[in-house]
Amino acid sequence: MRKTIGLTGDGAAAEAMRQIDPDVVAAYPITPQTEIVERFAEFVAEGSVHTELVTVESEHSAMSACCGSSAAGARTITCTSSQGLALMHEMLYIAAGNRLPIVLINVNRTLSAPINIHNDQSDSLGSRDAGWIQLYCEGAQEVYDTVIQAVRIAEDRSVMLPVMVCLDGFVVSHNVEPINVLDDQEVKDFVGEFRPVINLLDTENPISMGNLTLPEYFFEHKYAQAYALEQSKPVIAKVDKEFGEKFGRSYGIIEAYRMDDAEIAIVTLGSMVGTARVVADDLRQQGIKAGVLKIRCYRPFPIDEVAEALKGVKAAAVMEKALSPGAPGPAVFSDVLGALYHKGVHVNLISYVAGLGGRDVPAKSIRRVYEHLQKIAASGKVDRILNYLDLRGWQ
Amino acid sequence: MASLKELSQREILFTGGHRLCAGCPAPIVVKQVLLAAPHAPIVVNPTCCLEISSAVFPYTAWKVPYYHNAFENAAAVASGIDAAITALRRRGKLDENKKFSVIAIGGDGGTYDIGFQALSGMLERGHRVLYVCYDNGAYMNTGIQRSGATPYGAWTTTSHVGDAQKGKQQHRKDLAWIAAAHGAYVANASLHNWRDLMRKVEKALNYDGPSFINVQAPCPRGWRFPEDKTVEIARLGTECCFYPLYEVEDRGRKWVINYVPRNKIPVTEYLKPQGRFAHFFQKGNEYLIEEFQAEVDRRWEHLQRLAKMSEDL
Repeated sequence: MRKTIGLTGDGAAAEAMRQIDPDVVAAYPITPQTEIVERFAEFVAEGSVHTELVTVESEHSAMSACCGSSAAGARTITCTSSQGLALMHEMLYIAAGNRLPIVLINVNRTLSAPINIHNDQSDSLGSRDAGWIQLYCEGAQEVYDTVIQAVRIAEDRSVMLPVMVCLDGFVVSHNVEPINVLDDQEVKDFVGEFRPVINLLDTENPISMGNLTLPEYFFEHKYAQAYALEQSKPVIAKVDKEFGEKFGRSYGIIEAYRMDDAEIAIVTLGSMVGTARVVADDLRQQGIKAGVLKIRCYRPFPIDEVAEALKGVKAAAVMEKALSPGAPGPAVFSDVLGALYHKGVHVNLISYVAGLGGRDVPAKSIRRVYEHLQKIAASGKVDRILNYLDLRGWQ
Repeated sequence: MASLKELSQREILFTGGHRLCAGCPAPIVVKQVLLAAPHAPIVVNPTCCLEISSAVFPYTAWKVPYYHNAFENAAAVASGIDAAITALRRRGKLDENKKFSVIAIGGDGGTYDIGFQALSGMLERGHRVLYVCYDNGAYMNTGIQRSGATPYGAWTTTSHVGDAQKGKQQHRKDLAWIAAAHGAYVANASLHNWRDLMRKVEKALNYDGPSFINVQAPCPRGWRFPEDKTVEIARLGTECCFYPLYEVEDRGRKWVINYVPRNKIPVTEYLKPQGRFAHFFQKGNEYLIEEFQAEVDRRWEHLQRLAKMSEDL
């Protein structure tokens, strides 16, 4: 039976995992992801899942065990944050290169140094080239729904790639929201059974996986992998649509919020989307044509959708919680810029890095970003491309 | 254990045509391990000489399911496979009667050093995995660099012999002892004694828990000896008690020496044929031989004490 209960983002992720009832979970504790593993361990202890929980000795081993398990034909999920994702970095590439449909829930937290347990998106944005599908969630309901969708996307025969579901640490992971939880059977039916194409337990048909691949084949292998990631976009959309038809909630690859006639827009991902919506609503009441472009699917990057949504906008700001030191601009900004170039769309585009290390990004600060955009829209001139929101001493 | 006649009728699951060096110990070890495996083998192989030479796309020398993942994580990958077997069996997705022998096979670099943490985790969690280390005492794949398994005084390309330093400055780590502290089934074996090695492999894979077997694996390239002497050098290593054959049962408490040399030979007989120890025999370097011999004696005596203490168990 469907029901609405109060859950944190971590709790919503754990609840989705309980209902998916994966074959194997291999995970290691790290703040602010720990609550997911703890809750899931309770499900294991009470016997409400059939999962084999491997409480590994590090995140590197977590992803390694996930690779072994997935290659053996078991549906496999893990979760981590921050340093944990960084420690897995090597393994992220291997999971994708071996085409293993692992689902990873990443609770976004900044990276050391200085050490800090709070939210930003440096961890997963720093892993953007690992070959994973990356989906960013705005709130806990979306986390719950996306974890369920992620299993289907990863295991789709035409995809066979790992999926990372990202949620902002504390802001989403530790805030209680009313979550509409589906019936166990509904989730079970939606995710279906994992039917691997090949697996290591098929000893009658032995296969070698992870072979050394030298220059005469390596490039083709990597291109095939990259092509599969590019081509996963319709599958992500299809699974989301089917989820929406069945359960009444869908999110799209991107969401263009009040963008139809928007003159200024904020492009962002994760929990900042929700705050930006509120500010855009306020501005609309004042007659200011403000919109929000939410990037839910960051990898593969929705080039067409982003360019289409921003066409006609006079000025836009990409807000993200990560730096790319020494780069022409931070990651999401650079990708949006690239998408516009691909499609020959010109928009006066600026970047705002915000909320590093858990600094709050309140509505009043986002309002200032829109004010900046209004000036650019009015003058037609970009005064400064790279901006840092609420950074002390920066002007 | 199966008789030699029976073994001769079993299929060799590691084929020829691989790219390992002439005289390489790795395929000798692999063939013995796979022949002795009591159930359907699944092999996890970390990055090492064996891996880069046996499964070069689009070829493979493995007639069993084989997975190479990374360098430092064979034990963790094998843990995942073991977990998958447990989970799928619980769900009734595997044939009840079907049994697997999950075997990780790695070199000493990937086992003693960079893979040490993953190995410890696997042993501590009690996975039904046999980890076999073919111990050639250095990073041979990258060109003979010293590892935690390299013996005292040995020349390697990161422990050179010069006026200021004579080879590796430290004694080797005793990994089998550390593994035994986890309560796993642990054995030290050597490729020259196939009967002993295969008996241990079979025992390990029938054991309801984790196991670790360290196998002496002389490397002609790295140890600097002719490639037709691999088995002979291994024999000398055991005859001088540098590489004794023993096993540890009863959760780390029962130590059994499987082979006691009738006449324990001096280490010089083992060192002399190996170019990596050539400087031991130069004038003024006699202390290297003395220290090497003293450490072999210390460890052998300690092992004998443990075995003696275990007699009552």
